Amino acid sequence: MTIIFDLFAQILQMALVLLAAPLLIGFVRKVKAHLLRRQGPPIVQPWRDLLRLLRKETVLAENASWFYRAAPYFIFATTWVAASLTPTFENGLMFSWAADLIAIIALLGSARFLLALAGMDVGTSFGGIGSSREAMFGSLAEPATIMIVFTVSLVAGSTQLSEIASYMLAHSELRVSVGMALIALLIVAIAENGRVPVDNPATHLELTMVHEAMILEYSGRHLALIELASALKLLLYISLIDCMFFPWGMAPHGAGVVEMATGGVAFVFKLAVAGVLLAVFETSTAKMRVFRVPDFLGAGLMLGLLATLLVFVTRSL
Amino acid sequence: MDLLRKEALASPAVPACRPWPRMAVDQATWRATINQLAAGECDLLSLWSDGAQVHLAAFRPSDASVQILSLDCAGGSYPSVGRAHPSALRLERATFDLYGVVAEGSSDTRRWLDHGRWGVRRPGGAGEATAGAADPYTFLPVEGEGLHQIPVGPVHAGVIEPGHFRFTANGEVVVRLEERLGFVHKGVGQLMSGASIEGAAKLAGRVSGDSTVAYAIAFAQAVEAALEISAPPRAVYLRALMAELERLANHFGDIGAICNDASFALMQAQCALVREKILRASKACFGHRLMMDCVSPGGVAHDLSADKAACLGELLDWIRLMTPRLIALFGDTTSLQDRTVGTGILNTSLARQFGCGGVIGRASGREFDARKAIGYAPYPDLSFAVGGSRDGDVDARVWVRFDEVSASTELVTQILERMPHGPINVEFQARTGAVREGAALVEGFRGDIFAFLRIGEDGTIESCHLRDPSWFQWPLLEAAIKGNIVADFPLCNKSFNCSYSGHDL
Repeated sequence: MTIIFDLFAQILQMALVLLAAPLLIGFVRKVKAHLLRRQGPPIVQPWRDLLRLLRKETVLAENASWFYRAAPYFIFATTWVAASLTPTFENGLMFSWAADLIAIIALLGSARFLLALAGMDVGTSFGGIGSSREAMFGSLAEPATIMIVFTVSLVAGSTQLSEIASYMLAHSELRVSVGMALIALLIVAIAENGRVPVDNPATHLELTMVHEAMILEYSGRHLALIELASALKLLLYISLIDCMFFPWGMAPHGAGVVEMATGGVAFVFKLAVAGVLLAVFETSTAKMRVFRVPDFLGAGLMLGLLATLLVFVTRSL
Repeated sequence: MDLLRKEALASPAVPACRPWPRMAVDQATWRATINQLAAGECDLLSLWSDGAQVHLAAFRPSDASVQILSLDCAGGSYPSVGRAHPSALRLERATFDLYGVVAEGSSDTRRWLDHGRWGVRRPGGAGEATAGAADPYTFLPVEGEGLHQIPVGPVHAGVIEPGHFRFTANGEVVVRLEERLGFVHKGVGQLMSGASIEGAAKLAGRVSGDSTVAYAIAFAQAVEAALEISAPPRAVYLRALMAELERLANHFGDIGAICNDASFALMQAQCALVREKILRASKACFGHRLMMDCVSPGGVAHDLSADKAACLGELLDWIRLMTPRLIALFGDTTSLQDRTVGTGILNTSLARQFGCGGVIGRASGREFDARKAIGYAPYPDLSFAVGGSRDGDVDARVWVRFDEVSASTELVTQILERMPHGPINVEFQARTGAVREGAALVEGFRGDIFAFLRIGEDGTIESCHLRDPSWFQWPLLEAAIKGNIVADFPLCNKSFNCSYSGHDL
C-alpha cells in the first residue's frame, strides 16, 4: 500500500512539474507585462503555444543529421527526469535515491551539451554563435554550481536533496556560508536559464541571442520539446532553491493527503513569489555585454568558493 | 579656390533652377569640384542622373551656399566622384543601376540597388528586359586567421525592413561589416516621371513612411521654388508644426527602441506611450497618425482649429513633465549606461567626410542642421538650440536625441504662440510653358533630405530626385561597428536607425 502511495506521489510530482513549468513562464511574462503597463497574454499562453507547435509540421534542414532530430527528445528527457527528482511538495520521493544533487547537475549538464551540439549541427552561423556563448557561460556556471553543492552538502552531511531539505527544516538558523551559497545559486540560476541580464528570453535580435540562437532552426514538435525543457529547467532551479534554502511547508516522507495538499499550496506560493521577483529583477535591469557575463558568473563562483571555505573554517574551530 | 565660380560664370545657361542655380560644367570643373569635395571644402549633398546628364549638389559651409553642377554624360560615362570622395560611391552605383551611366575610374563597380530581380535593366535609361534571376554578388574579401562570416538578413527574426549584413568576425569581435541594401526598391523616381504634381507629392510622402512630413515639405518647397510661388505664412508654420511633431514622435520611438535592444523594456514602454500620444494628437489635429499627405505643394491640406491647438498645448505640457523622468531613467540605470557608453564610436572626421547629417552627425561633432544652415522659413524666426556631442557613441546619440526632443518641444510651443492667421493654401498654375527646376534641403528626423525636380512645359514632373539622409549614414555604420562585439550590433544599428525604404527608393 505504501509503495502504491509513494508511486502515486512520484507520478504526481512528474505530472505537476510538467504542467506547472509552462504556467510559470506564462506567469512571469504576465507580471513583466503588467510592470510595463501592458496587459500581457494569458498565463496559459505558453501551453497554447506548445500545443500549437506540436500540431505543426517539423521543418528540417537538408543537412540535419540524426543527432539533430534526436537531441530534443534527450534534452527534454534529461531535464524532465532532473525536475521530477527534485522535491517540490513532498520530501523523500520514491526515486530520490536514484539521483542526488550531483546527478541532477550532471543531467542538466548533459542537456546543455546536447543542445550546444545540436545548435552546431546544421552549420548555420547563429547556431554556432549561440553554442559558443552557451559553452562559455556553462564552463563558468558549472564550477560555481559544484561549489554550491559542496557547501550545502557539507552543512547538511549529504548530497541527497531530501536529506538536505530535512536538515534545513530542522536547523533553520542563519548561516553565512549557506547565505553565500544561496546568492551564488541565484546568479547561476539566472545565467543557466538565459534570463536578463545574461540572455533575453524575449529577444528578436539574432545577434544577441544565446539560447534562442541555438534553437533558431528548430520547428514543430522539436521546438515544443526544447521550449518545454527550458520551462522545466526554470522550474527545476526554483525548486532547487526552495528545497535547499526554503523547505518550509514541504510534506515529509510518507505524509498523508492533507499534508501533501498543504505542501502543494506552499510550492505554488513559492513559485509565485519567485516568479514575481524574477520579473521585477528582469524589468529593472538591462542586459549586460556578453563579455561581462564571465564577471557576473565569476562572482557566483567566488561566493561558492568562499562559502565552502567558510564551512571548513567553522568546522575546524 | 574659386575656380568653380569662375567656371560657372562662363558656363552656358540651363533651365532656371531655384533657389540655387544649376550650372552645366565641363570635365575640368567637374574634377575641380571632386578635389574640393575630397579636401573637405564642401559637403556632398547628392549625386544623381537623368540619363543625359549627371548632377552633383554640394553644400559649402563657409558661405552656406548650395551648388548644383551638371555634367553632360551622353557618352555614357563621367569621371567618378567616389574614387576621391567615398561617400559618392553608393550613389554612383545606384545611378548606374538606374540609368546605365558609368562612373569612370570608380573603385567599386558592383551593382547596388539592382539585384537582377527587377526583370529590367536600367529602368531609367534604355530599359532592357532580363530574366529576373538574381545576380551573383561578391562581398569584399577579408583575410586573416580565425575569421568567420555571419550572414544576417535580409529576412530578420523581428518585424523590420529588409537588409543584408555580412559580418566577418574573429570570435565575438567584428572585423568588418558589409551591408547590402536595395531589397525595397520601389522605383519612385520612375513613377514620378510624367506624374502630375499632386500625384508626385503623394509619392514623395511615401518614400519613407516615418519621415513622410519631411519628404512632403522637401518636395513642396522644391515645387514652390520652381514655380516661384510661396506658401502662405500660416501654411509655413503649420508645416513646421507637423515636422516637429514628427521629429518628437520618432525621437521618442528611437530612444525607447535603443534601450529595448539592450533588453531594457521599461524605457521602451514609457517612450512608446509618449510616441502614441503624439501620434493620436496628430490624428486628431491633421487627420492622419503620421500626417501623410497633409503637406501639399502650395500649402497644407488641413488647418488647425483653436481648440485642437489647445489640446496640443496640453500634450506639450505632459511631454515637458515626462522628458526629465525619461532622462533620469536613462541616465540613472547603470546597467544601461554600461551598454551604451563607448559602444559604436563614430569619429568626427568620418562624419565630416561623409557629410553625415541628423542626430548621428551631431553626436559625432558635425553640427549641421538644415533648419539652421539653410534657414528655411519659419525657423529663422524661431529660437532653438541644436544638440551636439563629440563622443560619437551610442550614448551620445541618445543624449542628442534627448536634446532635440527638448528643442522640438520648445519649437512647437513657439510655433503655436506665433501662428499667423490667414489662408493655408495658394492657388498655382503648374503649366507655365517653360521647363522649370527647383531644389530644397529639409531637416527630417534622420537628417537633411535633399530634393531636386524638373517640371516640364505641360506642368507634369519630368524628373525628380529625392536623397534620403541614410545614404551618408549607412556606410558609417560599417565603420562604427568595427572592433565592437557582434552582440552590440543591434544597439549600434538602432542608434543609427537608418532608413531602408528611403535609401532603396
